[in-house]
Amino acid sequence: MSDISAIPAAAPHSSLHRQSARTKKRNAAEKRFQVYGMMAVGFGLLALVVLLASILGNGLSSFRQTHVVLPVELSEARLDKSGERDIEAIKKVSTFGYAPLIKDALARGMEESGIAIEGLDEKDAGEIISKEAPAQIRDFVIANPDLIGTTQEFRLLANGRIDGYFKGRVSMESAALDSNVSPAQLQLAEALKEAGLLTTGFNRDFITAPDASDQRPEAAGLGVAILGSLYMMLVVLVLALPIGVAASIYLEEFAPKNRWTDLIEVNISNLAAVPSIVFGILGLAIFINFAGLPQSAPIVGGLVLTLMTLPTIIIATRASLKSVPPSIRDAALGVGASKMQAVFHHVLPLAAPGILTGTIIGLAQALGETAPLLLIGMVAFVKEFPGAPPEGFFDPASALPVQIYNWTQRADPAFVERASGAIIVLLVFLVVMNTIAVILRRRFERRW
Amino acid sequence: MKDHFTVESEIMTETKITARNVQVHYGDTHAIKDVSVEIADRTVTAFIGPSGCGKSTFLRCINRMNDTIDICRVEGDILIDGEDIYDRKVDPVQLRAKVGMVFQKPNPFPKSIYDNVAYGPRIHGLARSKAELDEIVEKSLRRAAIWNEVKDRLSAPGTGLSGGQQQRLCIARAVATEPEVLLMDEPCSALDPIATAQVEELIDDLRRQFSVVIVTHSMQQAARVSQRTAFFHLGNLVEFGETSQIFTNPQDSRTESYITGRIG
Ligand SMILES: Nc1ncnc2c1ncn2[C@@H]1O[C@H](COP(=O)(O)OP(=O)(O)O)[C@@H](O)[C@H]1O
Ligand SMILES: [Mg+2]
Repeated sequence: MSDISAIPAAAPHSSLHRQSARTKKRNAAEKRFQVYGMMAVGFGLLALVVLLASILGNGLSSFRQTHVVLPVELSEARLDKSGERDIEAIKKVSTFGYAPLIKDALARGMEESGIAIEGLDEKDAGEIISKEAPAQIRDFVIANPDLIGTTQEFRLLANGRIDGYFKGRVSMESAALDSNVSPAQLQLAEALKEAGLLTTGFNRDFITAPDASDQRPEAAGLGVAILGSLYMMLVVLVLALPIGVAASIYLEEFAPKNRWTDLIEVNISNLAAVPSIVFGILGLAIFINFAGLPQSAPIVGGLVLTLMTLPTIIIATRASLKSVPPSIRDAALGVGASKMQAVFHHVLPLAAPGILTGTIIGLAQALGETAPLLLIGMVAFVKEFPGAPPEGFFDPASALPVQIYNWTQRADPAFVERASGAIIVLLVFLVVMNTIAVILRRRFERRW
Repeated sequence: MKDHFTVESEIMTETKITARNVQVHYGDTHAIKDVSVEIADRTVTAFIGPSGCGKSTFLRCINRMNDTIDICRVEGDILIDGEDIYDRKVDPVQLRAKVGMVFQKPNPFPKSIYDNVAYGPRIHGLARSKAELDEIVEKSLRRAAIWNEVKDRLSAPGTGLSGGQQQRLCIARAVATEPEVLLMDEPCSALDPIATAQVEELIDDLRRQFSVVIVTHSMQQAARVSQRTAFFHLGNLVEFGETSQIFTNPQDSRTESYITGRIG
């Protein structure tokens, strides 16, 4: 009461055209805050741009690949001495038996185009073609034994260094210092390109081919990793979505609110914050050592990632169940619906967009998860594609983020390009998933 | 507060709902204190009283909506047609089909107008064919005096209607399950005067078929639509009687203070 009497009876007349000191201070503070905010946003954007630029700069070239196009004579004398086209006999010829075919084909190609490089012997010239090429031809012959004796045109992978030369990674100067490639070989590649025997084009194999060994980065692809990741996502989706949604519905709509459910709630939140590597150790102990599931298998990876994703899905689902207005439940119960009918007919459809978004975000998180997969052996070198589901879930496979990690550990600089390319693929998957989440939310959101 | 309120009058019909010594606790809050009352069939009974006096709580006891609140405890007996609805054999779901409810805020489902009304009959299996269901929907919408406004857009969302229309849609939804008692918790508090008048007219009409219990904070409304009025104060049922008598000749000083505007 005393404050009222403390106010002066009539404040001195003040002009609105002049800012008071307080107002000035307040406006300055507001300006400053806005500047801080803009700086923060700018910093974030800058980091994003630098990241994207470096990844795209390093990785985009992995979607292009240099090939040498040569007619190769599938000589009967070398591939099927008996001439009986017995597939078992043909299979006995190893890739070493195919190497001379390529050497001959290259020599003939050079001769026909009139290419002669000083100081380059036939063996060195042959090295501009990938070590993967004989296997490429062998696979073709085993698939088409009838074509032995004919001459077929092949797109053979060029060696990683040659490929690097056309992508700007290798230069004449660096080749002079490099024991793996010589300037003469680069000159040959240049000449082949002019003769139209060497082309650089879209690299479909990067997406579809399996991984390759250290010596042949040009052949390495993401096929097994993408398939492995896909299988794991399937396992996660099939397990985590129903379990998570059922658990959330029970906790949110049916469970009594007491100390036990509080405890469970706290633990679920804590579980979401557990470092993912801990889940890996758990998976190793339970699924591999105790349950005896195979190492490197998508089923184990999927189970571990399910454990990791469950809290995310449960938290998202509970939040979206909570956001459904209670009046809808009252309305349903009021006309005599059972609790279950009220939930499944009215609450769940309204919560569905939130649940789907949470699930997709959980999946996206799981897709990028690396640490737990390293522990359960998914870091192994896998060249064989896993089989079709469900058996395929138990075959060894790789995973996208692990493949990235794996490639960054290899010596050949060509793998850096591959790793960046794999990051681009992973990012594309993540962007697609998040876009789907946004679209689903928009589409199913009830605005009425 | 042991008085047992019964009302002798010329409009006396048989008793539909009997409450005996009902006590309701929310945790430590004693919300309803020993309330006994008899509510007649085919009559509109109004519950009035200051805010927080327990009108909604008592209303929600009649269809056991309080069961959904964990901390709520109901003691005493409530009988409908002589059967104890808190008996262990009674399934609240079955009870709520018999005792319909209209809420304070219109709460249509975010579905089509048709589905809003058809939902109750569907889950209770009241219609054997699509034609029968159509018939129930039309009848219910007509009874709720909204048929003419919505008959051309039954597949439009119920939430797209105006507030008054939404509330009448909710009434249609409640009557579609063929209840015997209709509970209304301040059904007009979110409505404008014109919509209120429409709903009040409707309530008067519904009396021919149901026992209607309406909670209202407006004494004028109680006077307009009800035949009986119960006055609650701080969880006690202070006075219950003919509406005309309550408003013209209240027996209790608290009732008098309230209707003359001194408390509330
Ligand atoms: N869900 C609830 N939980 C706890 N207390 C409640 C709840 N609902 C009502 N109450 C309490 O019960 C008393 C009566 O409330 P209510 O029946 O809603 O009053 P009215 O409808 O007459 O305004 C109030 O004191 C209120 O605080
Ligand atoms: Mg109320």
